[in-house]
Order: sequence, then C-alpha cells, then structure tokens
Amino acid sequence: MTATATSRLSGRPDSPADLRTFLHGLPGVDKVGIEARAAALGTRSVKTSSKAQAIDLAIRMVDLTTLEGADTPGKVRALSAKALRPDPADPTCPPVAAVCVYPAMVPTAAAVLAGSGVHLASVATAFPSGQAPLEVKLADTRDAVAGGADEIDMVISRGAFLAGDYAKVFDEIVAVKEASGPAHLKVILETGELGTYDNVRRASWLAMLAGADFIKTSTGKVPVAATPPVTLLMLEAVRDFRERYGRQVGVKPAGGIRTTKDAIKYLVMINETVGDDWLSPDWFRFGASSLLNDLLMQRTKLTTGHYAGPDYFTLD
Amino acid sequence: MFEYAPAPESRSIVSLAPSYGLFIDGEFGEAKDTFKTINPATEEVLTEVALAGPEDVDRAVAAARRAFESWSARPGSERAKYLFRIARIIQERSRELAVLESLDNGKPIKESRDVDLPLVAAHFFYYAGWADKLKYAGFGSDPRPLGVAGQVIPWNFPLLMLAWKIAPALATGNTVVLKPAETTPLSALFFADVCRQADLPPGVVNIVTGAGDTGRYLVEHPDVNKVAFTGSTEVGRQIARSVAGTGKRLSLELGGKAANIVFDDAPIDQAVEGIVNGIFFNQGHVCCAGSRLLVQESVAEELLSSLRRRMATLRVGDPLDKNTDIGAINSRAQLDKIVELSEIGSEEGAERWSPPCDLPDRGFWFAPTIFTGVTQAHRIAREEIFGPVLSVLTFRTPAEAVEKANNTPYGLSAGIWSDKGSQILAVADKLRAGVVWANTFNKFDPTSPFGGYKESGYGREGGRHGLEAYLA
Repeated sequence: MTATATSRLSGRPDSPADLRTFLHGLPGVDKVGIEARAAALGTRSVKTSSKAQAIDLAIRMVDLTTLEGADTPGKVRALSAKALRPDPADPTCPPVAAVCVYPAMVPTAAAVLAGSGVHLASVATAFPSGQAPLEVKLADTRDAVAGGADEIDMVISRGAFLAGDYAKVFDEIVAVKEASGPAHLKVILETGELGTYDNVRRASWLAMLAGADFIKTSTGKVPVAATPPVTLLMLEAVRDFRERYGRQVGVKPAGGIRTTKDAIKYLVMINETVGDDWLSPDWFRFGASSLLNDLLMQRTKLTTGHYAGPDYFTLD
Repeated sequence: MFEYAPAPESRSIVSLAPSYGLFIDGEFGEAKDTFKTINPATEEVLTEVALAGPEDVDRAVAAARRAFESWSARPGSERAKYLFRIARIIQERSRELAVLESLDNGKPIKESRDVDLPLVAAHFFYYAGWADKLKYAGFGSDPRPLGVAGQVIPWNFPLLMLAWKIAPALATGNTVVLKPAETTPLSALFFADVCRQADLPPGVVNIVTGAGDTGRYLVEHPDVNKVAFTGSTEVGRQIARSVAGTGKRLSLELGGKAANIVFDDAPIDQAVEGIVNGIFFNQGHVCCAGSRLLVQESVAEELLSSLRRRMATLRVGDPLDKNTDIGAINSRAQLDKIVELSEIGSEEGAERWSPPCDLPDRGFWFAPTIFTGVTQAHRIAREEIFGPVLSVLTFRTPAEAVEKANNTPYGLSAGIWSDKGSQILAVADKLRAGVVWANTFNKFDPTSPFGGYKESGYGREGGRHGLEAYLA
C-alpha cells in the first residue's frame, strides 16, 4: 500500500484527518481494467468434477435470505427448514451457511436452527438505509443478538461516507461491533450507492479498519447490487488488508446472484485472486434466495444426467 | 485448491487433408515439393503443404496480374460486397478457424477464439466499408490501386496478419500474392477456401506456401508493384535492400522492445493485469509486446510482489483447453532463441524468476519468466526476445522514464500506467512509438493505425492510414 500518515505506534490511522489521508492514499482503481479482468475471469470453463465440487461449496456458502415487509413466522420457519436440508430428496446435499432475516424474525428462525450448525444472521442498524440515530441502530443490533443471531449484517451510513465524514462511519462500525458482542459482524457497504470503484475500495478499508469480520456488497434493496468487478475489488481489499495487518476478513456479495453459472464465476474469482484461504463458508458467502434452487437443480442434473422441473425443488 | 477439470475444445470441427497445394488463380494445385507443418504443442505432424519455387511464384504473380485489370475496374461498392461476404463467412466459420489456428500456432484457444478471429472479421468489415469511399479518404480525388501486392506475413498471428494485409489491398483494388509463415501455413490455406466460398474472382487472392526462399522470390519478383512485410527487423532490412531502386512500394512492420511504464500513482492491480497481458499474451510472440517493464522505483517492490503472485495463477498447457492462459512456443527454433537469450540474461547478472509450473513433456514450452535488476546495458533489455520473458527496469522520475523508454532502436508501442491524466498525456507526447496505450495494453482495433518508428518499420496498417500503402 502507498498510504502514509498512519500512527507510528498503532500502524493505524488515529484521527479523522489521518483516516482521510489513509483512505485517499490507497491506489486508485481503473474502471475499464477491473471490469475487463472480472469479465475475463468469468470465461473460465468449469465442468464435470470441478463443477460438482463448486456447486457443493456454493451451497455451503449461501446465506439464505428473506428480507421482506411481508415476512411472517410461517415463511421464516419454512425458509429455516430449507436451510437445514436444501434437498429433501438427497441427504448428501450439504446445508447452507446461514439464514438471514430481519431482527423481528430472529427468535422464530433461532427456534428452528438451534444446535444445527447453520448460522443465524440478522440485518440490523436500520437496514436498509441506515438513516437512523446511532442509539436506535445499537438497540436494533442488541435485540437481534439477544434473540439468537450469531451474525449481524449492518449497513454503513452512505450519507456520512459520501459527505466525507469517514470518522462517523468508522465510529458507528466500532460501536455496532461492540454491541454485537460475540456475533460476527458483516458490514454492508451498499456499493451501488457509492458510485465509484475508488469509493468501494475506501469503504472496504474503512470497514476493515473499524473491525468488520466480513465486508458485504449490498442490501439487495437498491437497483445495483453485487457485481463481479465490485466483488473482485473487495477480494483484493481483504487480501491486501491481511497482508498489511495480518487479519483475515470475509467477503459477501449479495443481491442479483441467481444462477449456478454466476456463483461459479465468483468461486473462480476467489480462486484466482485470494486463493484457497477464502474458499470456505467461513470467509465467503453468497447473500441470495433464488440462487439455492438453481444450485440444487444443477446438482441434480450432474448426478442424474437430466434436468428436473422446478416443481421437483421446494419453494422455501 | 479449486482445480479446473480439463475443458478441451473439440478439434473434430477441423478436417485436414493429407496435403495442400498452392492456391493460384482460384484453384488448389497438386503439391509436388512439400514440407510438413506440426502442432507445436505435441510435435504431431498435422499435414504437409507445397513448397513454392520460383516458377510457382511466377504463376501466382501472373494470375494476380491477369485478375488485376477487372478487379480494379469494378466499382468500389462491388469490391465491398466480396469483402463483406468474406467477413461474414469468417464469422460463420470462426470456431473452425480458431481451432485450426491454435493447432498450427500453439496459441491458447481462448485467444484465437476471443481475440484473433473477432479482429480478423472486424478488419474485413472495416475495409469493406472503405472500398466505395476512397475518393473521400483524403488521398486525392482519384486514388488508384498499385497493382499486384506481394505480401509476406509472420507466424505469431497468422490469420490476423493475413487480414491486415489482404483486406486493405482488396478494398483499394489491388490483387495479392500472399506467403504465410513456414510454421503456420494452414489458416491462410483455409482462407483460400473462404475466398472460393465467397466467389471471389480467380487470381484476386493467391496463396503460396513455403519458407524464406519463397518469400524472397515473391518480394524480388519484377512484376510485383507493392511489397508488404511483417516480421523480423533482420529480414525487413534485406527486403528494403532488395526493393531499393525498383520503384516498388514498401511497407514494413518489424520488431519491437516496448516499454511499459508504471508510475507510482498507477492503479496497481490493473497495472499488473496490463503487464501480464503485455508480455504473456500470445506467449509473448507479439511484436508490440510490453517486454520492458519500466517501474518507478518507489513502488517497484510492491508492484513486483503483486506481479509474481499473479503470475503464479497463469495456466500453461494444452492450447485447446479453454482455461489455458499460455500455450506452446511456436517452433523449436523460436524456443531455442528464447532459451538462449534467457541464459544470457542470467549470465549478465539479472535475477530470473518463474512461478512453479509443470510443462508438458512433448512440444515446445517456456514458463512465464521475469528478469529483475535489468539495466539498459543488458542484452535482454535491448534485443527482442519474442517470448514470455519480461525484463524489469526501474526509473526515478518521469523524465528518466521517457529517456529509457526511447533509448532503443525500436519504436513500435509503449504503455503508460498512471491515475493522472495530465501525466499520461505529457509522457505519451514524448514517447517515440507508433502506438501508446494508456492504462491498457495490446488493444487492437481495425480503425486504429498501427506501425513503428525507427527499426520497427515504416508505413501504417489499419485505419484510414492503412489505405495509403495500397494507393497511388
């Protein structure tokens, strides 16, 4: 990294001005170049045994998500059951990584998932806009953890970030991290609202410096969600961050990933950017809902040799 | 590690005859004297092709001469129809031609499929569009074709170089005799078939296969009006000598030792991709390859560690595997040359590094290699290696970068990596190179003229400028 002006003692920026200098000292991102690289990685041909391996890994990386105003206990129970056993017809099919719901739904999901090894993630901090006072965000977070969530998906204040108030964003993440207690903290950057790749890189570093366990692309509630170039950039960020500070941070693209083909492109990207260390549900997740059934369909196709219709896979 | 299972492109789409004659006057002749062409990835003999002697070249030039009168008299819009048709047939047969190109040349299928073939078709489409607009191209109100063009092309981009030569020649009303490289004659012969399929009048395009002597007969032939050559500077010099004083028009596209300049404010990850693309694209068999990396000393260590990490992910092997990044070296002779220059690099004290990489037992292979600690005085900083070998030098200031970049007998291309637009423009202005890429490398487009300064040749191919070489 070319960034300078970090504290000699901690090696980390320790004032708002230092923080700004640090983030603006990160190397720039060439838009054409990163998009071309992401597209090139998307042309890898993954077939037969590699495809089977990739599909199972992708299933184990899914954060099965429902984030609707219309979510009910019944819907959430059904989704949680699906998370435990995505393909009732095939016991060799692995469970997904986690279920992701609103805080109000956490106790319902927790009742189904308890002791299963499938994690329970809750969005918090006035998801999806993040436009609420800090106290409200922290209460939201504490509630979710108290209800049984062991992963918190928080949103950053894009308003503060775009206004250049990096210290405010930083402090909020630190506070939410503290409120999360033992729960893993995923920080949603909402890259579709950040506007530039340079901003995505800065926001990634900001979140990691503030203590994020995961950085996540999107809420899925704005028109542009996860894209391959943005995810590639975030993978480069976690790679460089570990090289500098020795701490590994996970990455979660969310929103818009619907097909097995797309999921495999992301796995190829991990493989050729950050390597083995991130090829695990502990370090990479897909925030998705409809993706799971396409993975199951392709999985069945690989084992049986033919495609089964959509009615052969459970709705949720 | 997530391993990719083999994903080979089927070669069954290409059917090769046991031997190929010369394509003269719209007909394939019988092959008398022949030579073999092999797959450089396996050393397997693919087929044999005719070795054209002086009489064969005579016949080909005579056929082109006969065809010239009616071809040049056709309205441009008529010639355009043939070129558009050729372009479309190439698109339709692109998978077959891509597999063939990878078989004969050794380049990875993803490059022949995604780079070579689309550019070949684009070139024919582009010049088809010029054929009826020559009066408005800025070469006078009545530009005339030159006559018969003798064209000699190299083995690194066999079909693409053919397109660069034939498309503008035909669009401007010339007829051609083309000699493909000795090691890669097949795609030109398949192109002859495309010409037949397009009903191109006999004699407008003639293909004579052979080695250096065949090329010499062609360029020295008294009835050739225009000579176009792409290849080594050494052969280019001989051609310039033999053409001097004959009244033949000449264009040469020769070697290069391009500087790829990375400033300290460059977008590092994308610069690394550009460096990789600059030198490892097509096994480094690229005249405009970014074979000299000039990196600002203050970011050298960081950049090189990123580059090494990236190089470790390059996949070297079967050219027909869709996941192969680096294919086979085109010939034993070229491999020997790369090996020799690399050994000289080590002997002269540069530090050599390649990622761990298993190379196949048969065929011609060379692992991607970088030399650090290279100075202007090293031979590997001055001579064209034409392989996957990068020489890394450092600089301190923009002025020094420009000085070092220009300190070469060549001047074909250059690259600049910087986030600062003003710096890119200022440096590009001072570089003596035909093409300067900014924050990218090895990007080609038929609309853009291509050619060199100094020993990299003269004349331009591509774009409106490319017409000039074929018009009087």
